[in-house]
Amino acid sequence: MNDLSTARFVNIGERTNVTGSARFKKLIMADDYETAVEVARDQVENGAQIIDVNMDEGLLDAEKAMTTFLKLIAAEPDIARVPVMIDSSKWDVIEAGLKCVSGKPIVNSISMKEGEEEFLAHARLCMDYGAAAVVMAFDESGQADTKARKVEICTRAYELLTGIGFPPEDIIFDPNIFAVATGIEEHDRYGLDFIEAVREIKTACPHAKTSGGLSNLSFSFRGNETVRRAMHSVFLYHAIPAGLDMAIVNAGQLDVYDQIDPQLREACEDVILMRRADATERLIELAESYKGKSAADEKAAEEWRGWDVKRRLEHALVKGIDAHVVADTEEARELVAASGGRPIEVIEGPLMDGMNVVGDLFGSGKMFLPQVVKSARVMKKAVAHLIPFIEAEKEASGLADQSKGKIVMATVKGDVHDIGKNIVGVVLQCNGYEVIDLGVMAPWQNILAAANENGADMIGLSGLITPSLDEMVTVAEEMQRAEMTMPLLIGGATTSKVHTALRIEPAYEGPVIHVLDASRAVGVASRLLSDTQRDEFVETTAAEYEKVRAAREGKGQSVLLSLEEARANFFDAYLSDKAAPPLKPGVHAFDDWDLAELRDYIDWTPFFRAWELHGNYPAILTDDVVGETARQLFDDANAMLDRIVAEKWLVAKGVAGFWPCARDGDDVTIHRVRREEHVVLPFLRQQVKKSRDRANMCLADFIDPAGDWIGGFAVGIHGIEDHSKRFIADKDDYSDILLKALADRFAEAFAERLHQHVRTDLWGYAPQEQLTNEALIKEQYRGIRPAPGYPACPDHSLKPILFDLLDAEANTGITLTENFAMYPTAAVSGFYFGHPEAEYFGVARIGRDQLEDYARRRGVDMATAERWLRPNLD
Amino acid sequence: MSKREDFVSAAKRGILIKDGPYGTEIQRAKLSPEDYSAGTSLEQDQKGNNDLVNLTQPQVIRKICDSYIDAGAHILATNTFNANRISQADYGAEGLVHEINVAAARIIREAVDARTDGVPRFVAGAVGPTNKTLSLSPDVEDPGFREVSFDEIVEVYVEQGRALVEGGADFILIETVFDTLNCKAAIMAVRQLERELGRDIPVMISLTLTDLSGRNLSGHTVEAFWHTVRHAKPLTIGLNCSFGAEQLGPHVQLLSDIADTWLMAYPNAGLPNDLGEYDEVPETTAALTKVWAQNGRVNVLGGCCGSTPAHIAAMAKAVEGLSPRVLPKVPPDMHLAGLEPFALAA
Repeated sequence: MNDLSTARFVNIGERTNVTGSARFKKLIMADDYETAVEVARDQVENGAQIIDVNMDEGLLDAEKAMTTFLKLIAAEPDIARVPVMIDSSKWDVIEAGLKCVSGKPIVNSISMKEGEEEFLAHARLCMDYGAAAVVMAFDESGQADTKARKVEICTRAYELLTGIGFPPEDIIFDPNIFAVATGIEEHDRYGLDFIEAVREIKTACPHAKTSGGLSNLSFSFRGNETVRRAMHSVFLYHAIPAGLDMAIVNAGQLDVYDQIDPQLREACEDVILMRRADATERLIELAESYKGKSAADEKAAEEWRGWDVKRRLEHALVKGIDAHVVADTEEARELVAASGGRPIEVIEGPLMDGMNVVGDLFGSGKMFLPQVVKSARVMKKAVAHLIPFIEAEKEASGLADQSKGKIVMATVKGDVHDIGKNIVGVVLQCNGYEVIDLGVMAPWQNILAAANENGADMIGLSGLITPSLDEMVTVAEEMQRAEMTMPLLIGGATTSKVHTALRIEPAYEGPVIHVLDASRAVGVASRLLSDTQRDEFVETTAAEYEKVRAAREGKGQSVLLSLEEARANFFDAYLSDKAAPPLKPGVHAFDDWDLAELRDYIDWTPFFRAWELHGNYPAILTDDVVGETARQLFDDANAMLDRIVAEKWLVAKGVAGFWPCARDGDDVTIHRVRREEHVVLPFLRQQVKKSRDRANMCLADFIDPAGDWIGGFAVGIHGIEDHSKRFIADKDDYSDILLKALADRFAEAFAERLHQHVRTDLWGYAPQEQLTNEALIKEQYRGIRPAPGYPACPDHSLKPILFDLLDAEANTGITLTENFAMYPTAAVSGFYFGHPEAEYFGVARIGRDQLEDYARRRGVDMATAERWLRPNLD
Repeated sequence: MSKREDFVSAAKRGILIKDGPYGTEIQRAKLSPEDYSAGTSLEQDQKGNNDLVNLTQPQVIRKICDSYIDAGAHILATNTFNANRISQADYGAEGLVHEINVAAARIIREAVDARTDGVPRFVAGAVGPTNKTLSLSPDVEDPGFREVSFDEIVEVYVEQGRALVEGGADFILIETVFDTLNCKAAIMAVRQLERELGRDIPVMISLTLTDLSGRNLSGHTVEAFWHTVRHAKPLTIGLNCSFGAEQLGPHVQLLSDIADTWLMAYPNAGLPNDLGEYDEVPETTAALTKVWAQNGRVNVLGGCCGSTPAHIAAMAKAVEGLSPRVLPKVPPDMHLAGLEPFALAA
């Protein structure tokens, strides 16, 4: 299944290379192998697909250092899982290394430097040990510098190697990247010659690969990281399409091509592609202005870094620029201290002033959620810098906290979704509220305890899946039992004003407020804590909910048919059109689907919606109102996607399966041949009286009673935790939320891609299908994939049955909570129906008769069934 | 035709059968300590040194071999799993490694050559993993320590392999591989032997898994293992021992999809019961392995721990006439491996 994890371009980590990393060299020289091993671990954790190990240092016993280090990392499964590149200019060191490596490594390198005989002897040893080999473009007369020499040496080496049976796919040519823009005219062609040579070598030497050590290229700009990074990125941008397969490079030292300052990018391109005679001079001149600066902020620096500190802080907050915030905050603190003020005044003064500007802009619709979250990141960093000073002062004077209010927030028990909750938390924090975040799956006991212990002013509950609605009622009931009076805020995708009014508010005598989205949170919180507005706000809301209840009671709801009548009006599918049995029946697991491919399947519209930017992609990018924010968010998302893919932050695991089945009333019965057992999937039928001749649909209607097939799938995106932790530690909520939102998008994209793979290959009923991503998003294909918990199949509790059929926990690592939420949260599961007439619909409201019937079919008591189907009951 | 070509032509015609284990069969002969060491001047107690029996009681080995031939086996392995210098040192018998292996190969060679029925049969010189591992430190306090070096293991295998070939082995079977680096050393040994003797010595490689997730003791996944040893151009790749056919199935399937050479699988007769005994009956083993054959997953089937000639006979009967696995076409991607596989598309 790993053929799907096939890489396209490989960054080889260079940090365990004494010639490439001063730090690593120091550690090895000091015999500190323990820390050196950690360097390798970091590198793998940060996404290195191969690690280069080089011990070529004059003062070292390179052979001993190489074998010691390789044996040590062999004992670390987290490191040893990736292949090693044994890198040395001395064959003895390489061979000693080959004797310690248990997988299939790469030898770096062999060459014809000492003639054909030695070259082939080394190549034969690579074959005997089972290693791929980097072949340097080097022959008896020296290193190849021109394109012609590079191509000539590599093709000669290729013929010699394949002549002794060396597998061509195990040859990696390194046609030498040399420094450009050195001021020496002959060096001007080096970049272009390499790129062109790669293209010719790839054509002349089938299946062979190419590689290069990137850092040489920018050697003449040592000390000017901005220019070096830009040169490297520009170089790869042109070399990869020419056929470059891998490069030894510090992945952290690459910029996103599109984000390089266009002027610099153009100058680098001029040099590398040799586009103009004065390219070097121009780049050198331009490089001066980047000296000693980091890449992201040099441009902005010119414009606003000269302002006074208060204005700089405001600017940083409004623009969400965190690069200088600690220094600026410190400067502001020193100013305040010099005039005898207290550190808290920096927060109450310039920082809150800045945040008020942000709040005003947000409130008036001139700033949008993604920007606000970025501002919050800046604020958090500033505050974090001040906290030690404030604490010290507090200790000295015994003063109390001065936050606007304290809010305990939690995603309720059984639910794991927290993007929305985190956004609300951030928005509240940047408006001066203290948020005590209990995270996800918080049982009511913890929520109440935290609220009491911290003297909270209110509680905010969040949830995404339907069973969470009941859990919120439980929290409300328990708050009532504990005789609490603080306000209870309700939010999250499945919550609604109607449900809050009908179910939650009656359970608790204190104020209960449904908060529609993050932009309302501050308004709600501030009114609840205001001496003058609170009572009126609470009373109006309660009156509003009373009205909802009254309307609900009196309102002539849509007429329900009896279950019997609804069944008589079933959807009469044309069963002879049913899909043929799957080409590849059984269960298929995919343990690492290519993220780069999934990226192309992302549906962006819901991504923007998660950030409360409404509109359809791509039109949203040019929207008059939110276009600019959307574009920025889109750029940030793509920059993160570049890293997610290149450094393999996430792993997409999925499983799909198909089973013979038959319709039996509203059930679909799966017969599991090997286990001699039946699995019953009970589905729900629409009961609302339909106009004209429309049917009362049930998913079972798409299945032939005389025998048919049904499928199922589950996909999950693993791996956000470590990065999320890193962002949180860095007080970077923006990146954290961005990552979670992208992981969700990957899960949906994977579901879409897997469904396509099912239609065209595994089940194979639509082998000829050719659809664009837009067409996929619009579901212009045959067959559906309804998910348990969604309108056509509202019962989340079918998930354990589905998971059991798929062995989904073992195959995808996705687990279910007691309320059937999937973890990791970026996960999708559902059933496949292949009938051409199968379509999505909503079950909507059902009657008591169907509830009873369903409880019986499902084998549970009424109370349980009621809990599961709550949103469909009233 | 060379033995390699003979094998390929037989493997294309039908599913071939490998024999079962010798240990349990030797135990049944109820040999005394004197029987074990007969005719040698070894001082230590040799009871349990089943490899020595090749030298001291060759008729016992011949009889077992004949029973496997009668059961329908085409691949007859030598009884030399522990006949290497490292393992024999435990019995103080390391001086006899050469003689044991020559004798062992000769017995099987003669048994095979005695048949004149035209059925293709091959002698596989079996080499075990030794009881030392190149990838792991025996000392948890010192993860960089190794009890033995790559070159030492190569030498140990060269000595054993040379004797097996001298005694008449057609192939070298590197079996029960729990440490991938030991296997690479064995491959290196065969390479050196080929150069020394100036002839082709085909190898068969068989991995053993230590847990159901599909890794061997050194931590390699089945796929990573295949790419690590593919340079040996093995005649067969496969799995043995590990667990029973039922648990081995998914791993056989995976290997079958990716390995562009013949596939040999010889599982244990189920999982051991509470007493450590294997009680899976021949019909069960045969039925389970037949499914692999029907799905085109295997080329050679045989038995490991707990299997008897009756198991082999049942298997041979079950797969008679079934089509062998066809080699998959694999794209010329670059494959590397750590503990896990890595691929770079062509």
